Amino acid sequence: MVIIMTASALIQNLPALLVAIPLLLAAVVTLVPVPAFAWVISLAAVGASFVIALLLHSVTMTGVEISYYLGNWEPPWGIEFVVDSATSMTLVIMMGLAFIATLAARHLIAAEVALADCGKTYAAWLLVCGGLSGLVMTADAFNLFVFLEISALSSVILIAMGAGTDRRSLIAAFNYLIIGAVGATFYVIGIGFVYAVTGTLNMADLALRLPEIEHSIVIFVGFGFMIAGILVKAAVFPVHVWLPAAYSYAPSAVSILLAAIATKASIYVLARLIFTVFGGFPEMIGSALTMVIIPLSVMGIFVGTIMAIYESDIKKLLAQSSIAQIGYITLGFGLASKSGVAAGFIHIGNHALIKGGLFMAVAGFFTAMRNRVDLNSLIGMGHRMPITATAFVICGLSLIGLPLTAGFISKLYLVRAMLETDSYLLVGIVLASSALSLIYIWKIIEVMWMQPAAHDAPKLSENPAVYMPLWMLAGLNLWFGFDASWMVASAEFAAKALIGAGL
Amino acid sequence: MMMSADSAIILGLLAPLVVALLTPFLAVRATWRDAAGPIGAVVTLFAAIHVAVDVLAGNVPTLVVANFAEGISLTFAVTPLGAIFGLVASGLWILAAIFSVGYMRGNHEKQQTRFAAFYAVAVHAALAIAWSGNLLVLFIFYEILTFSTYPLVTHKESKVARHAGRLYMGILVGTSVVLLLPAVIWVWLATGTLDFQQGGILEGYISPQAAPFLLALFAFGIGKAALMPFHRWLPAAMVAPTPVSALLHAVAVVKAGVFTMLTVVVYIFGTDFLSASGASQWLVWLASFTILASSFVAITKDDIKARLAYSTISQLSYIVLGAALASAIAVQGAALHIVMHAAGKITLFFCAGAIYVCAHVTKISDLDGQGPELKWVFGAFFLGALSIIGIPPLGGSWSKFYLMVGAVDSGMLFVLGVLGLSSLLNIYYLLEPVSRGFFRPKVKELKITLHPLVIIPPVVTAALSLLLFFFVDPFANLASMMVSP
Repeated sequence: MVIIMTASALIQNLPALLVAIPLLLAAVVTLVPVPAFAWVISLAAVGASFVIALLLHSVTMTGVEISYYLGNWEPPWGIEFVVDSATSMTLVIMMGLAFIATLAARHLIAAEVALADCGKTYAAWLLVCGGLSGLVMTADAFNLFVFLEISALSSVILIAMGAGTDRRSLIAAFNYLIIGAVGATFYVIGIGFVYAVTGTLNMADLALRLPEIEHSIVIFVGFGFMIAGILVKAAVFPVHVWLPAAYSYAPSAVSILLAAIATKASIYVLARLIFTVFGGFPEMIGSALTMVIIPLSVMGIFVGTIMAIYESDIKKLLAQSSIAQIGYITLGFGLASKSGVAAGFIHIGNHALIKGGLFMAVAGFFTAMRNRVDLNSLIGMGHRMPITATAFVICGLSLIGLPLTAGFISKLYLVRAMLETDSYLLVGIVLASSALSLIYIWKIIEVMWMQPAAHDAPKLSENPAVYMPLWMLAGLNLWFGFDASWMVASAEFAAKALIGAGL
Repeated sequence: MMMSADSAIILGLLAPLVVALLTPFLAVRATWRDAAGPIGAVVTLFAAIHVAVDVLAGNVPTLVVANFAEGISLTFAVTPLGAIFGLVASGLWILAAIFSVGYMRGNHEKQQTRFAAFYAVAVHAALAIAWSGNLLVLFIFYEILTFSTYPLVTHKESKVARHAGRLYMGILVGTSVVLLLPAVIWVWLATGTLDFQQGGILEGYISPQAAPFLLALFAFGIGKAALMPFHRWLPAAMVAPTPVSALLHAVAVVKAGVFTMLTVVVYIFGTDFLSASGASQWLVWLASFTILASSFVAITKDDIKARLAYSTISQLSYIVLGAALASAIAVQGAALHIVMHAAGKITLFFCAGAIYVCAHVTKISDLDGQGPELKWVFGAFFLGALSIIGIPPLGGSWSKFYLMVGAVDSGMLFVLGVLGLSSLLNIYYLLEPVSRGFFRPKVKELKITLHPLVIIPPVVTAALSLLLFFFVDPFANLASMMVSP
């Protein structure tokens, strides 16, 4: 009996640990002078976060909700963390990817960041992880802003660490800082409006009180500001302009981490705000989804894909492709049906696996040849670095959506959800763009495997510290393409928690 | 032998995969690597025969691998049509594997290990398509077949080869993703299942007015069937080494396309539903057009492989035509044509490859007077051509006969004219190389070296074309089981 009590007490406290562990250890890591030690501590912190996320998911997956009151202040006055099936699925994906990225980080950070900066880099790394976990879990609208800023500012630091290899990262970081700050400000203004009419900041409380308010115009304005702010953070077209430069000039390890998890948290917050906080206004969110989110998603899908087709710098190409992929996720949410939201969640997970893997492969190429990775430098890479290049091909095929890879499952469920809601035009758009994605992945595969390298090309060595985690991701892409049951079931429970039977 | 047919499926699917996985390790000795293909092929044929015998006995050999998504599992369940295609793909693989060794060695090709490995993967995918138990599994391996043949098409790694590869991937992946995939999901949503069933699953689930559109999604989405206007990838793929053109672009890949088409008509739509709703009439016209148009294009081609490619496009549309006629006898004819055309066309490609390896000739106009020195090759070419034209006593006459009866059955008499005219054109453009070889004076002295490994396979497949006329029964029985239990 006692054991059960302590077990459940432990579970009740897990949400706090998920934020506290990385944030506290970040302070420790800054002071550690030896990069290897800093890495071990970071790995332990992120690993612990991953385990906690898995525990939370195993408890909440089928519908249980865990709430944690910070400082034991009861909501709606105190700050509350809520973990339900949607939260915990997002957490598992983010922390799992963060863990694999951390595995690869030691070699990459050592290769690209000055020795004196390594400690700070790991500290910012942990702040990003802890901040994003808090962002996903918090049930307090203002506290969400705090976590948004923690993760954004530490991301800026991480991006700027790329200055050692490419000075353009400073401009990218600065742009992200400014544009991100504008987004966050919009969000706070929105909260101001909503707080003015409800007097509460707790999300559940907001959802309860908002429909009772008479001045609905104030709520509309607040909703608009909040959503616009989050769209910036989620890099939804056309407020995505910070993303390509930020991802492509950041140090390799940082690109992996940000591409795999950073926007995912904001996309989750977007869904949480729309479907639960403002769930009492089906008309308002209905028109926001059909007139804003869906058109923007479609444009993002096409613009991102076409930009990627004409891009020859691989990191930029992948970043442009992310704009398109984020479009698929928000498109799924835009359908406002249970299967659409589930398809969005499936793609949150699968896209994290795909992009994490692709950026990690590029990191492998970059550290081996010490030269910016573009189409020319990849000629013959299939024969020069076969282990890394093969993993790149697997993740690339997954991005295209080849059957038996994770990307196919995303496509299958997204198309199914769209056919269920009779959105035939969207089906055509999504499938056409998915066929176009073949072009930009294939031009890379073609130069890597179907063009012989120059005779005087220097020998390249592959580092297991990079390709082992890379192959974990490639393997997961294949695994979730073969047996998608975990991903699909989790996503369906997540959709149920977010929108229940429907709007 | 006490192996169950269900485990024969495992054996047949694993053997090519094992060959593919072992090839890089066996590459330390070229002999070991090259022996793996034919040995794996014999094992696969053994399994395919086992499966076909079980199907002939009225059973449905089944293998459930995994639960893939809700309501749909990664299942193999062999239909009579699947048994036919499985026999064709595995049987011809034996000869193609032997031919392949002779060709690659005779030409001193590079990257022979990669070639052998992906060749085996492609055969694996073809067998998985043949034995698939539902439409999703079929789609999965349809895509894998496309991707696994890409390194074979671009094998030469030249600029031309890379451009051909782009066209190949662009058309095949593009059509399958944009048209075929939504068609599959449409069927899934409409009926709640994707399992193949005798008599089809769609009747009562979609309106007769929607049926032509769904059929169009399938007909154009299955780019491997090379129905015009999505046929350009096939001539482009001829840049691949001839063993690829022979087994994959005359048998495995293109037959996977028409097999899918036929499967969709027989086991998803159901011939009764199709003929009652008239949903496939337009396809009869389009297939007829493709048959004639590509024949006319073939006449203009001087390159042997290009001419054979257009001939293949024409012949594939015979099968699509049989499916579109949607009568019991016509679909049997279509199923038989999968077998007959495969045997005939692989013979012609083997011959083209043999002529290239032995005499380094690729143009028909250079063949003048070369017949006597390569008499076995030209003899095989003659028999293969006769079978494709449909002259008794060669196998190809059976399928043409069935198709003609089917056309009369459906009351579409103009099809008889199309078939007749097409046969005349076939006579002209397929027999021209032979007549040039024997009846024209020699214009060039060529240095001819005979390589038995590339000459024996076409002779064997030519003999097979002849034998298929007399021993058509197992295939005819399987074909008739397809339409009546």
